[in-house]
Amino acid sequence: MLDPDFVIFAQRVSGVLGGESQPDLLEARWMQALSLAVHIPIVCFGIAFPAMILFMEGLYLRTGDVTYKALAKRWSKVALILFAVGVVTGTILSFEFGLLWPEFMASFGEVFGLAFGLEGVSFFIEAIFIAIYVYGWDRLSRRAHFLTGIPIVITGFSGSFMVIAVNGWMNNPQGFDVVNGRVVDPAPWDALLNNHLWHELMHMYLAGYIVSGFIVAGVYASARLRGRRDRYHRAGLVVPLTFAALAAPMQVVVGDWAGRTVAENQPVKLAAFEGLPRTIEGAPFTIGGYYDEEEGEVKYGIEIPKLLSLLAHHDPNARVEGLNIVPADDRPPINVVRFAFQTMIGIGTGLALLATVYLFTWVRRRRLPRSRWFYRAVMAAGPLSLVALICGWITTEVGRQPWVVYEVMRTSQAVTAADGLELGFVFLILVYVGLAAAVYWLLRRLSRRPPEVEVGGAPGAGPAGGY
Amino acid sequence: MAEICLGFVVLGLTAYAVLGGADFGAGFWDLTAGGAERGGRLRGMVQRSMSPVWEANHVWLIFVLVIVWTAFPVAFGSVTSTLAIPLFFAAIGIIFRGTAFALRGQAATINEARTLGAMFALSSVLVPFFLGATLGGVASGRVEVGNAAGDAVSSWLNPTSALIGVIAVIAGAYLAAVYLAGDARRAGLPDLVRAFRARALGSGVVAGAVALGGLFVVREDARPLYDGLTSGGGLAMVILSAIAGGGTLALVWRERYGLARVTAAAAVAAITVGWVLAQDPYLLPDELTLDQAAASDATLTALVISVAAGFIVLGPSLWYLYKLVLQGRLDQQFEPLDQRFRPLTAGDETQEPPR
Repeated sequence: MLDPDFVIFAQRVSGVLGGESQPDLLEARWMQALSLAVHIPIVCFGIAFPAMILFMEGLYLRTGDVTYKALAKRWSKVALILFAVGVVTGTILSFEFGLLWPEFMASFGEVFGLAFGLEGVSFFIEAIFIAIYVYGWDRLSRRAHFLTGIPIVITGFSGSFMVIAVNGWMNNPQGFDVVNGRVVDPAPWDALLNNHLWHELMHMYLAGYIVSGFIVAGVYASARLRGRRDRYHRAGLVVPLTFAALAAPMQVVVGDWAGRTVAENQPVKLAAFEGLPRTIEGAPFTIGGYYDEEEGEVKYGIEIPKLLSLLAHHDPNARVEGLNIVPADDRPPINVVRFAFQTMIGIGTGLALLATVYLFTWVRRRRLPRSRWFYRAVMAAGPLSLVALICGWITTEVGRQPWVVYEVMRTSQAVTAADGLELGFVFLILVYVGLAAAVYWLLRRLSRRPPEVEVGGAPGAGPAGGY
Repeated sequence: MAEICLGFVVLGLTAYAVLGGADFGAGFWDLTAGGAERGGRLRGMVQRSMSPVWEANHVWLIFVLVIVWTAFPVAFGSVTSTLAIPLFFAAIGIIFRGTAFALRGQAATINEARTLGAMFALSSVLVPFFLGATLGGVASGRVEVGNAAGDAVSSWLNPTSALIGVIAVIAGAYLAAVYLAGDARRAGLPDLVRAFRARALGSGVVAGAVALGGLFVVREDARPLYDGLTSGGGLAMVILSAIAGGGTLALVWRERYGLARVTAAAAVAAITVGWVLAQDPYLLPDELTLDQAAASDATLTALVISVAAGFIVLGPSLWYLYKLVLQGRLDQQFEPLDQRFRPLTAGDETQEPPR
């Protein structure tokens, strides 16, 4: 029988490249976080928007009503612009894996790389068919055009499946052995199909529908508040809002599943969600306040007895492990994780309530809600769902710290030894600010064109510039 | 298995050079098209040709990165950490290129179009240069195994890197001119056919001259690479590339643009294969052989199976896209880039440009 300390030590990997220690680890993490935060909202549209567009085109094919076609065509142009931005921001991410985390890539590339190989293929097919779909309006037969949209929906799902598989693996590493600090015997399929893949995938997939659904619906809710109640604006509101409203309550259930899996496999992360200092039975859930590192407790929060045990293990008296099970060096930054977690939960609950109001009115009264406050809430739901999305990723990614591969490799051992990260970071901020401004400008310009340009005139004589 | 994965990398690099490289080359012609009015027609053609395909073309780069980090992870980590500076600039350039190109399609005034166009065109030159410089650093043996173990500056600021960077820019411009001449003919725009034919011939001659002259640079700077390129399989590929490149010139001269696409691509493919043969058996010259760099067999097998399965879907999809494009079925209406900012007159679409 081996000494347990020795076993834990032996499982840890130091980078195969063997570089110097990096003083600018935090800049590297910020750069990666910033790039992910820019890319992930676009991914939401990649996941969910094509399905909405295709649904709209399906309505057009069934009814022959050009209103639906105008919406589908307009949205497909937005999808193409967002796809272009996704292409470039996704490229930055794949560059950054190497530029910022060469030790991680060199040590584990052969374990998790397969998923990215499949993601590459998926992304490729997405790029091909989105071009055919958007440029093929009025050029292909109606049926062929509709069919070219289907691969975009499938690859939106399969691409995120593969990337989430890698993130799931980082949180729940498997499919390799460690001997003398080196990774051996990679089993790429085992790594790909890890235990965290499924709940993370469902969580992100639903988030895609919630974020893009509420954001698109918000545009038409704002138009409705300005008195535009024609069929075009009504359909533009109802379809995305229904997608989002169906996803939002389901997200509560999936979130519960995610929380329980984290409680089981990453107890320290769960303790960080809640700022739970010591292992106890019947753990309370504390809302608000902040975690005091010195005292090791949450201050100024509202404590609800036994709720955390109930949520994490579906048993009010269950034992929940606290931060004390690992040394301070192995804990994530508690307040960041906790604040992000609580923000996500709060917004998610609000969105589920809003969705319930909508669905209830729709099912019972067969009409849209009449209150102006409902439409103001829909307008707010888009940006809020984005905040919840980013907070969710902060929860899982910062909550995994100080590990890049959970309990196997530290983030500080994964980072590049190259200099000048601060400069790169500042430069990257400027570039992303410019990018965000440019995309906003572009979408605003697109939305101001009257809908008629999408279906009127000679085929192909669409708006200037080919979109 | 490692050889098959290297084959995927060569395939991806070649496809990226031939397809993505041409998109960068189109940016080069956009940059050099002259003032807003004089270059309007040429820029309109660039915008029209690139729009449906540039995103799919760009994915080859992602494909190469993914294969390298999965199949040759230590080489990937060593290259990206040592050559962080040119790769960072290439990445930033890729953001500017893609965004500015997409935005220019929506520009409403000539000033907007000019600013965005300048950004698109300038980054179209910088990206291939920096990517070429990165390859030059690898080919000339300046990457050491380790976390940023090679020199952060001289690994890419050296004669071989500069040479390959410049060749990447010129070769892209050459490819773009050949394709654009073919596209212009399909669109029935004889003045643009002439313009791009002249550019293709000019840049083809320059590309050949730089490539030949470059051999002397490589001889001085990276002797092992030179020896590899001038003997055995490397030499055969260099000769093949020269024949294909010369043949392309002849085809462009005789206005056979369809076939010229094929020979131009063959010239690029041959030189990529030649480079790989020249540094055989090394992946990183003098540092890491292919076998040392290769991931374990389980990973390589899984990767080969996945990519092969993926190609079963990908192949027909790509074929469908390029079929639609080459049949002109996704073509947008041709519109000189400056035209939409001028007041419309009757029958403006057929109006000749101001000379």
